[in-house]
Amino acid sequence: MVRLFGPLVGLFFAVALLWSFGNGAYLAITEPTAPTAVHEFHKTPKEVEFSFNGPFGKFDRQQLQRGFQVYKEVCSNCHALKQVAFRNLTDLGYSEAEVKAIAKQWATKAKTFDPKTGDAGERDNIAADHIPAVYYAGTGNPPDLSLITKARHEGPEYIYSLLTGYQDQPAEVLKKFPDAKIPDGLHYNPYFANLNIAMPAPLTDGGVTYADGTKATVDQQAKDISAFLTWTAEPKLEKRKQTGWAVLGFLFAATILAYLAKKNVWANAH
Amino acid sequence: MSFPWAKEYKPGHPLMQWLDEKLPLPRFVYNAVGAGYPVPRNLNYMWNFGVLAGFCLALQIVTGVILAMHYAANGSVAFDSVEHIMRDVNWGWMLRYAHANGASAFFVVVYIHIFRGFFYSSYKAPREMIWLLGVVIFLLMMATAFMGYVLPWGQMSFWGAKVITGLFGAIPVVGQPLQVWLLGGYAPDNAALNRFFSLHFLLPFVIAGVIILHIWALHIPGSSNPTGVEVKQESDTVPFHPYYTAKDGFGLGVFLILYCAVLFFAPNMLGHPDNYIPANPLSTPAHIVPEWYFWPFYAILRAFTSDFFFIPAKLMGVLAMFSAILVWFFLPWLDTSPVRSGHYRPLFRKAFYLLLVDVVVLGYCGGAPAAEPFVMISQIASMYYFLHFLVILPIVSSIEKPAPLPYSITEAVLGKDEGAVLHANPTAA
Amino acid sequence: MADEASIDPADVTGEGVRRRDFINIAAVSFAGVGGLAVLYPLISQMSPSADVLAESSTEIDISAIQPGQAIKAVFRKQPVFVRNLTPVEIAEAEKVDTGSLRDPQTLDERTKAGKKNWLITMGVCTHLGCVPLGAGEGEVRGEFGGYFCPCHGSSYDTAARIRKGPAPKNLEVPSYEFTSDTVVKIG
Repeated sequence: MVRLFGPLVGLFFAVALLWSFGNGAYLAITEPTAPTAVHEFHKTPKEVEFSFNGPFGKFDRQQLQRGFQVYKEVCSNCHALKQVAFRNLTDLGYSEAEVKAIAKQWATKAKTFDPKTGDAGERDNIAADHIPAVYYAGTGNPPDLSLITKARHEGPEYIYSLLTGYQDQPAEVLKKFPDAKIPDGLHYNPYFANLNIAMPAPLTDGGVTYADGTKATVDQQAKDISAFLTWTAEPKLEKRKQTGWAVLGFLFAATILAYLAKKNVWANAH
Repeated sequence: MSFPWAKEYKPGHPLMQWLDEKLPLPRFVYNAVGAGYPVPRNLNYMWNFGVLAGFCLALQIVTGVILAMHYAANGSVAFDSVEHIMRDVNWGWMLRYAHANGASAFFVVVYIHIFRGFFYSSYKAPREMIWLLGVVIFLLMMATAFMGYVLPWGQMSFWGAKVITGLFGAIPVVGQPLQVWLLGGYAPDNAALNRFFSLHFLLPFVIAGVIILHIWALHIPGSSNPTGVEVKQESDTVPFHPYYTAKDGFGLGVFLILYCAVLFFAPNMLGHPDNYIPANPLSTPAHIVPEWYFWPFYAILRAFTSDFFFIPAKLMGVLAMFSAILVWFFLPWLDTSPVRSGHYRPLFRKAFYLLLVDVVVLGYCGGAPAAEPFVMISQIASMYYFLHFLVILPIVSSIEKPAPLPYSITEAVLGKDEGAVLHANPTAA
Repeated sequence: MADEASIDPADVTGEGVRRRDFINIAAVSFAGVGGLAVLYPLISQMSPSADVLAESSTEIDISAIQPGQAIKAVFRKQPVFVRNLTPVEIAEAEKVDTGSLRDPQTLDERTKAGKKNWLITMGVCTHLGCVPLGAGEGEVRGEFGGYFCPCHGSSYDTAARIRKGPAPKNLEVPSYEFTSDTVVKIG
């Protein structure tokens, strides 16, 4: 039975596939898919050297603090960072007292709710609070940035490239694709998925004044915020790599011993 | 069962003797994976993957039970509860990465185990039942993995759930109501998330049960071996312990090194970035793909782009995808060659390697966007997939002239076997 | 013995055997140590997570509590009683002979200097963890005028010391400080 029906079923699927293939091939020849502006002008992220790259990579605490400053002074106007609590900032090298002060002075206050009166209110943030949500009413949908570097391919490089990639739309784009006019209120950026992003270029040279005296060029700020957002997405990165080396070291030793033991056991079987 | 020369369990300590009389559990273990189980002496490293698969299941159950202590299966908090595990729970990041990558490791190991079965025709009599149970385990694994991927409630979780349950919508008449029933709503939401969590917790224990049957069925004829020649005499076997426990221990070490290298240094390599975006029912990701281990089947699903007579393309794709696995159930009866091992089957061997390449190509196409040339390549590759199992294998097994087999396992290992001389086997090497 | 010829000379002296045994034992020991090391994160994950530890202090405004009244606040997800003792209650607490108590402590030891009227204790009965009555308005305060646990009948006096019933200890005083005259910070 199996040997009778088996080949019939096989041929059934094969013929159906051939039919799909033929239709597809016919379409591909008669109506080839037109190239799109995204296909031709979208760029993959630039190569960037970060201190945390590679199996031994570590965060640069100074850079994370600078990145946090950029977030606080620029990004936090529209973008939330809800997975991060103020207490986590001690990882960046801030003392507990500094963290408390940062929380207390944070511009967006924590929301309170009085269950007796039903009234909403506000209070200062404390270290245990998460960074308060940000609501944005304008064009576009500013995403929460907590996990952004893990939510994009080559995340840190992507953020850096996006922030430094703003430019005027090349004339070539319109020449090739007359329909590719930038919609009102959007901005051309070849690193953005569909080339037109709602966020205007957020960074300017000297837009922030770094506490540690580093010159705040757009390039520097972009690198710093990318590093900071890598930390927000993967705060355990350093512990992960450290644990990894300890585990691998142990496993190498154990595996060599296991190999020798296996050889011992088999020595009298041949 | 087993062979007459299998060692018998002899309890040494009086306590063990007492236990052996009341509940012979040590005897059971001794006969299953101890010195009481004679195993062909010529097993190569391809035979390590059964034990490794068992290890992966244990790993997934342990890490999974722990993650369930911290995870909350509710659409409004599921995503954040996973981040809570990653950030606040002690060692939570490691346990979660261990579980996510453990799923991938499990599939790597099981795919090798399955292809070992293909090459050495491990599915042939008298081992059909082991094979059938193995396919059942694989189906259960796929269901478990799919439901587990939904739990973090990221974009890929949500849209994966929507697309895969949408497959059932292709079934004529009952399809639409069936999909709504599966989800407990019109789109994935709390009802779906909760039932997926419940079943994702349950199914691994069902898998463990079927694995016990799988091993039970294995112990009736005993393990197969690379020559495919059945065990004839005591010199063909060695006791499982210490020989194969030692070998499996070494194999486990190598496996753990590779697994931990990914876990600690590239934990997101096999995942998709979109699953770090919280589920959004109003916005579909540009490119929905399942996890890598489903790619070959996903490619087969998408290969059907035209209606075939009265059968809609969508239904054809669903039928083909399920048939791609169901066809394995019939393998013991499709391949009728009296020779098992691919080593002695020149034509079969070529077809096998072609299948291996074919599945890799299908996997690549399944992970690529649904555009040309990938669709056309996956159509050709799917065609070979079905023809291989259903047409080529039956033909090859009837026309092929196998190479001469060794008289026994002993001869294959030592180059000589006194019993072979008596049989005057002309091919004795 | 016919086999004797095939025995490795090193085995006869026992050296080869010992070396091989050593490697086998070492390999199994390594596996054991590895298994034990893995247990650590598996056990440690059940301890309080970072967010739970972070919420370990509470500030309470006590300006509205009149003498004789008490409030229930929350500290580490457990009730904490803040009570403004009347002079009569203070006197009652102080005239008790500490030697006769199950858990001998004076009121002074259980309050801050100069703030003797502020009795701040956990609202958790030391018997089996129920919340005693007496802090809420109109609740019974038991025969010693402090707190009364309805679960198994433990009575506490006006210094929240155990006087009668199965509880072994006085109500626990958490660590706290007055950050101003009207705000107390617990934890």
